[in-house]
Amino acid sequence: MVINGKDLISLRNIPAETIKLILDTAEPMKEIINRQIKKVPTLRGRTVVTLFYEASTRTRMSFELAAKYLSADAVNIAAATSSISKGESLKDTARTITAMGADIVVLRHPMAGAPELLARTINASVINAGDGAHEHPTQALLDLFTVREKKGRLEGLKVVIVGDILHSRVARSDIWGYTAMGAEVRLAGPATLMPPGIEKTGARVYSDLEEALEGADVVNVLRIQMERQQQGLFPGLREYANMFGMNRDRLKLAAPDALVMHPGPMNRGVEISPEVADGLQAVINTQVTNGVAVRMALLYLLTGGAHSEVAY
Amino acid sequence: MTKEKAQILDPEGIRRSLTRIAHEIIERNKGTGSLVLIGIRRRGVPLAERLAERIKEIEGGSVPVGTLDITLYRDDLTTMAYQPLVRSTEVPFSVSGKTVVLVDDVIYTGRTIRAALDAVMDLGRPRVIQLAVLIDRGHRELPIRPDYVGKNVPTSSKEEALVKLHEIDGEERVIILELPD
Repeated sequence: MVINGKDLISLRNIPAETIKLILDTAEPMKEIINRQIKKVPTLRGRTVVTLFYEASTRTRMSFELAAKYLSADAVNIAAATSSISKGESLKDTARTITAMGADIVVLRHPMAGAPELLARTINASVINAGDGAHEHPTQALLDLFTVREKKGRLEGLKVVIVGDILHSRVARSDIWGYTAMGAEVRLAGPATLMPPGIEKTGARVYSDLEEALEGADVVNVLRIQMERQQQGLFPGLREYANMFGMNRDRLKLAAPDALVMHPGPMNRGVEISPEVADGLQAVINTQVTNGVAVRMALLYLLTGGAHSEVAY
Repeated sequence: MTKEKAQILDPEGIRRSLTRIAHEIIERNKGTGSLVLIGIRRRGVPLAERLAERIKEIEGGSVPVGTLDITLYRDDLTTMAYQPLVRSTEVPFSVSGKTVVLVDDVIYTGRTIRAALDAVMDLGRPRVIQLAVLIDRGHRELPIRPDYVGKNVPTSSKEEALVKLHEIDGEERVIILELPD
């Protein structure tokens, strides 16, 4: 089996069988993470470069650990401390990186579409680690992996995504991923943070969170970015917490064994109350572990792919 | 066209080979004290389970059985057109200080066993590792030799030894195939 093409840019139009291959490959990878000796020789001699134009701790560290557990060499380039701050363009930076022999470039960039542009420019594989408000496919894949691990399936599940859908790359990738796997996606959040036309993706939009939560199997709480309040998109943090914050009473509306997920970092007391974040139904730490496993699977699958076309 | 050249073992033959190997494992290791069996995916897995049953019938004690997937340890990943499927490794016990018997259906170049040795050693530090195979078809490319062999089958490199087990294949026999030029 093979991932078509050399890159992972987006989960839009990704076939269910490709998602299944990635999740199936992540399972044995997770077993490696739980070993005392967390290392297999699979990608010996391969180089993975993480190129981050935005701050990130967990995603970057997750990719670096994934590369290291597979014995690849991992190099990080943070935009603030590199030639990028001297005005080098993305394309030139990427050409320099590939000239040094990188096999995979993991890119986070504030502009939607940057990873796709990069993928067309260089021969190395490109993995999108978040581009603007467009997509964050590896986060969605780790969400799918976590839900499948806990629930045993994805098909037919009711998944609520609550929060700032408009600015969320996680939400967009999640919608494509869950929908491809046959789950029902419900979106809830303030009307000012709901992108117009989003229901064309197949997701259903709810203005009332409590209605959306009814019988839900998964509640994925998105992070509220504080700077959005200054833009006047919602009146205040307290009001947001009152209207759309996930708390114990609201969680009771979901299925009794519903999972609570959050891509991190959390604003406790705003989008999620501490007792829900630390409660028995929360799988937020499992998501972090699974993120490494899913990224190991992707690094493994992409280093074997046919290096010809941009696929997703 | 691939054609079947000869049948090497029938179900009875496979059964007798495994019974003999079970006896040899017990004899060589003076019992089942620190013994564990690890089957190499795919057909080493049912063979390891059968050996464990046989050993239990003979000695009484049950022997832990694990499953090893060697895909991530292959030495030919960089030369392949696409990555082979990775499946799970399930060794739910410590191998440190143990007598590990690796079990596979056919030994040929020895490269699978080389990968398996690395994989086992990443799980811990066994006291000793031994190798049991149903068929040894020769043509080794590495200095590796099985400790227990069901049947030695001299083959040419244009032939293939195929083990079929009812757990996986729905039939039970060992055949030699002649590969097309």
